[in-house]
Amino acid sequence: MTQLPPPSAKKLGLVIDLDTCVGCHACVVSCKGWNTENYGAPLSDQQAYGADPSGTFLNRVHSFEVQPEQGAAQLIHFPKSCLHCEDAPCVTVCPTGASYKRSEDGIVLVNESDCIGCGLCAWACPYGARELDAKEGVMKKCTLCVDRIYNENLPEEDRQPACVRTCPSGARHFGDLGDEDSDVSKLVAERGGFDLMPEQGTKPVNKYLPPRPKDEMPEFDILAPYLEPIASDGKGFVGWLDKALSSLPGGAK
Amino acid sequence: MHPATSVILFNTFSGLGFGLLFWLGMGALVPTGMSAFIWFAIAYLFAVGGLIASTFHLGHPERAIKAFSQWKTSWLSREGVCAVFALIAMAIYGAGLVFAGTQLTLIGIVGGLASLGVVFTTSMIYAQMKTVPRWRHWTTPAMYLTLSIGGGALMSGQVGIASVLFIIGGALQIFAWVSGDGRFSASGTTMESATGLGHIGKVRAFEPPHTGTNYLMREFIHQVGRKHAQQLRIITIGLAFVLPVIFMLLPAGGHIFPALAVLSHVAGVLTLRWLFFAQAEHVVGLYYGKR
Repeated sequence: MTQLPPPSAKKLGLVIDLDTCVGCHACVVSCKGWNTENYGAPLSDQQAYGADPSGTFLNRVHSFEVQPEQGAAQLIHFPKSCLHCEDAPCVTVCPTGASYKRSEDGIVLVNESDCIGCGLCAWACPYGARELDAKEGVMKKCTLCVDRIYNENLPEEDRQPACVRTCPSGARHFGDLGDEDSDVSKLVAERGGFDLMPEQGTKPVNKYLPPRPKDEMPEFDILAPYLEPIASDGKGFVGWLDKALSSLPGGAK
Repeated sequence: MHPATSVILFNTFSGLGFGLLFWLGMGALVPTGMSAFIWFAIAYLFAVGGLIASTFHLGHPERAIKAFSQWKTSWLSREGVCAVFALIAMAIYGAGLVFAGTQLTLIGIVGGLASLGVVFTTSMIYAQMKTVPRWRHWTTPAMYLTLSIGGGALMSGQVGIASVLFIIGGALQIFAWVSGDGRFSASGTTMESATGLGHIGKVRAFEPPHTGTNYLMREFIHQVGRKHAQQLRIITIGLAFVLPVIFMLLPAGGHIFPALAVLSHVAGVLTLRWLFFAQAEHVVGLYYGKR
């Protein structure tokens, strides 16, 4: 049913640390790998080695440049996938009931055998989390690796989403954001985790951690005295040369 | 938004078809026998033809029957339910006129109102989208209904009502365009709110996730042709509203002027629908630094 269930106590989701993400795209590759081989239709590519390659991905990493009013610009890598919203607009627009939110843990999924591929859920999602697979004609989205996190055939350390398991910089965290005492909830509280597009009213479960402030320039430097411009005192031969060159037509003052 | 041909055809022709069914159901004209058969055939050709066109953009049209189930939350599902109801009711009403020469007034009124219901539910599919600020406005259903009732009046030869509705429709469309132009910036969704990085400074898209294009960019970011939008708006107003009114008010000269009025109106509405999609900007474009 595409009616949203009452908010679940358990809200599984991701916490993504924009401070530590290095933009390596390993999460993109591991996501594509796992989700092509497992749950649902494979994630197809069109002309993967051709002139105009394109394909279905459930997770994409953008890079943004942020220019503060003063100081240097920062480059921030920005992984983006389904945020498993509490008020998921993609669920209620679905005409067939294929799109649904699980009442037990809040994961938003697509029942692919009911999907007619109308694309309306992708229209309703402000985050671009859903992509219609060009080969299968059904809507694909992040499953939070529902076939890993509860999978008792996997070793315990592998029972987390593929993107989290593979992230080499520890920028991705998985857990229950409905539990205030969970590690992810504490992390969000400590670091000031935020929602994307809060004005859209979707109440995302996934949170993003802001980049930490950049280090200040050191106040003193033991090498500085030795590296000062030598002509600034204007003494001796160098001082004479400085003045002589400056007095030439067009010379630097 | 990507202006898909199938959806533009659906919106244009189903709108006209259901508009004509509305007037037929309301008893604005009560043909019988063969004449009734032709009237209803034209209306069904437009309404059903449009509906069939709309299934061409589906990934799995063979599962379309499932789309009738979620009417509690989904406007698309409601549209489907409403369309089937309206088409069945109007078929019964039409059969009465064609085969028995009797007017089943009540069924006609119910079917006529349900025909407008189809147009309204269609418009709400667009008007509900918070992600497309230009569409999320009362002018979206108002325009859909005015175009449908006006177009139906034109097709059924009601010159006076059609002229008045076209003048209202033209004014309403200009208002929808002008007010819609500022709605994206007024929505408060920006690259800063999309990334949550506004507290640091001004955000600029530095590098997209992939060197190639993708479904999201094809479906939601349509910048080609927007540069001609102003000219197309003038053409739309001329073709869809001004010319048909002039043709209708010309002294009767057989079927030539009414036919020209319908052709001009259809061409204008096709342009109008193209602009409706091509000019609509989805907030997901912000992640790509585009609109």
